[in-house]
Amino acid sequence: MAGLTLRNVGKRYGALSIIQGLNLDIRDGEFLVLVGPSGCGKSTLLRMIAGLEDISEGTIAIGGRIVNDLPASKRELSMVFQSYALYPHMNVRKNLAFGLQNFNVPRQQVEHRVAEAARILQIEQLMDRKPRQLSGGQKQRVAIGRAIVREPQLFLFDEPLSNLDAELRVQMRAELASLYTRLGTTMIYVTHDQVEAMTMASRIVVLRGGKIEQVGTPQELYTRPQNLFVAGFIGSPKINMLQAKVLHEAGRTFVDIAGLPRFAIPALRATSEAMTLCVRPSSLQVGDGDVTTEGTIRLVEYLGSETLLHVALPSGQVLLVSDSGRNPYRMGDPVTIGFDLFDLHYFDSAGQRVEPTQNESLVQ
Amino acid sequence: MKRFFARNAPAYVFLLPWLVGFFLLALGPILASLYLSFTRYDMVSDPRWIGLGNYEYMFTRDRRFWKALDVTFTYVVLAVPARLIVALGVAMLLDRGLRTIGLYRAIFYLPSLLGASIAIAILWRQLFAEDGVVNQVLALVGIQGAAWITDPDTSLYTLVILAMWQFGSPMLIFLAGLRGIPRDLYEAAEIDGTPRWRQFTRITLPLLAPVIFFNLVLQTIEAFKTFSSAFIISNGTGAPADSLLFYTVYLFNEAFKFFRMGYASALAWVLLVIIAIFTAIAFFTSKYWVHYENERD
Ligand SMILES: Nc1ncnc2c1ncn2[C@@H]1O[C@H](COP(=O)(O)OP(=O)(O)OP(=O)(O)O)[C@@H](O)[C@H]1O
Ligand SMILES: [Mg+2]
Repeated sequence: MAGLTLRNVGKRYGALSIIQGLNLDIRDGEFLVLVGPSGCGKSTLLRMIAGLEDISEGTIAIGGRIVNDLPASKRELSMVFQSYALYPHMNVRKNLAFGLQNFNVPRQQVEHRVAEAARILQIEQLMDRKPRQLSGGQKQRVAIGRAIVREPQLFLFDEPLSNLDAELRVQMRAELASLYTRLGTTMIYVTHDQVEAMTMASRIVVLRGGKIEQVGTPQELYTRPQNLFVAGFIGSPKINMLQAKVLHEAGRTFVDIAGLPRFAIPALRATSEAMTLCVRPSSLQVGDGDVTTEGTIRLVEYLGSETLLHVALPSGQVLLVSDSGRNPYRMGDPVTIGFDLFDLHYFDSAGQRVEPTQNESLVQ
Repeated sequence: MKRFFARNAPAYVFLLPWLVGFFLLALGPILASLYLSFTRYDMVSDPRWIGLGNYEYMFTRDRRFWKALDVTFTYVVLAVPARLIVALGVAMLLDRGLRTIGLYRAIFYLPSLLGASIAIAILWRQLFAEDGVVNQVLALVGIQGAAWITDPDTSLYTLVILAMWQFGSPMLIFLAGLRGIPRDLYEAAEIDGTPRWRQFTRITLPLLAPVIFFNLVLQTIEAFKTFSSAFIISNGTGAPADSLLFYTVYLFNEAFKFFRMGYASALAWVLLVIIAIFTAIAFFTSKYWVHYENERD
């Protein structure tokens, strides 16, 4: 097992810069998830850690040892590919054993480890099959099995579940989580599924355009997004964003939002004239709150446990409201929606989070 | 029936030129040669039926027939693996190093296209002549070269070398095959610490097996039929000392020099059977070493 240290890591393809000045410390035994929109460099970063791409700038250290010039085979890590990358001409048993045979592991021990991995992943009855005779989920298990027989100090996963159907994805997610609990090995996991990220991660790294937007636990990212991008990226349904004008009068701070009555907000650490106020759909309620406004229901999405209301404000902006799901709303109904000041997130004109000065401790 | 025609008519229309060519130009001569192989025929008087006479003579009394088989088999056994190895080697170089550069592929293919031509055979004869370029280069480093082509001990090997040089078409097929192997298999193997050589023997070769098989069969058939290079280099005779008496050269001489058409036809049919046997062996053994990705079992 090992921690990782990334210092000023950069990646260029010719003149094209994919990753810039990335600094990150990954703790030993941590389950770190890399998320971000498509093309932000998640796979590239993972492959640099694996040794499949060279590092244009900076250093990557695994377990305190700089690995920039160390070939992939010497880094003592395992990787699970999105495409599984199983050897099509070998049966499951051989697929599992193949990597071990490179390291002159005694035969008995190879058999023992393969059997153990097969047991953990419940693929014992598939050992003599070729990959083409396996379902997607079974292939995924074999791919994970191939990674764990190596007993590496670091696991890398590149969107391992994205080729599975929704149900299987949920199941494999749980299995991966329990595998992690059991092995306790450092894992770096790339996904663009934020449910995967939220449910499995010790910490999440949000990447955009090759830069880190925020690093933190799932709770930190959800409750205190450091910028507008993270606020919009984490959380489903997506957070509501309101353009606001900030005014100072008589020592108090007010905001003007088109379509809403002017209201006072707590004093902020810093303000700019134009700010963005964000509120999660689950923090919006029908009928009451510190601040309320009238709107019209444009769309009702019944999801069972909740109902998602698309409510148009007089200004035309549509807010998402998550409701308990027990009330029979219909399209076109007028509603009153409200929120508590407490649930607001404030972002300055540069998109950076601004904390209120007083009730800071309340915003958890 | 109607629907069958409606659906397949376009295909047959497109096939028509080939079908006409086959039935008029190929099938007729094929059947005629089968008939002629049982006759004595000098192209002047009418063919005379002699039953299995030609075949009996061939197998029991014709020493040159056996010599031609010997030369041809030696050539096949040496030239086919040599060409395939060179072709695979070049394909791997191109696949690794020059992935994006299509031009190089064309350049590499060029000599091979030319290689099959008469001009190159003539060039080859001059390269390996007693005062040819090869010997001049060897002389520079103080080696007295042999009379490569006129020495019966070495003449066949110059043709094997020529065959290696004609790696173009199997190389392209190998290259396509290599491209078909997913990159991430090698990446997975790399991370698992697999040495290059083991990657080659345990991943590349097995996954390339269908392509190797295809090339092997095709090139074996080609090699059995080798004619123009041997004909040019041996001045059409199989000289020196019949060391370049390829089967087809012998056949050609019997047919068009000595006008023993009946006998030449019999030779042609025997060659066909030999090729068929080799192909059959290849197909029969293939199930033990060729792994097909989409095979059902
Ligand atoms: N070999 C390459 N040459 C040039 N650009 C590349 C190369 N490989 C990747 N890129 C670029 O690098 C960027 C990051 O790619 P990467 O595969 O890391 O994205 P990603 O975050 O994994 O996206 P996804 O979620 O779609 O998998 C992309 O813009 C991509 O076009
Ligand atoms: Mg990716």
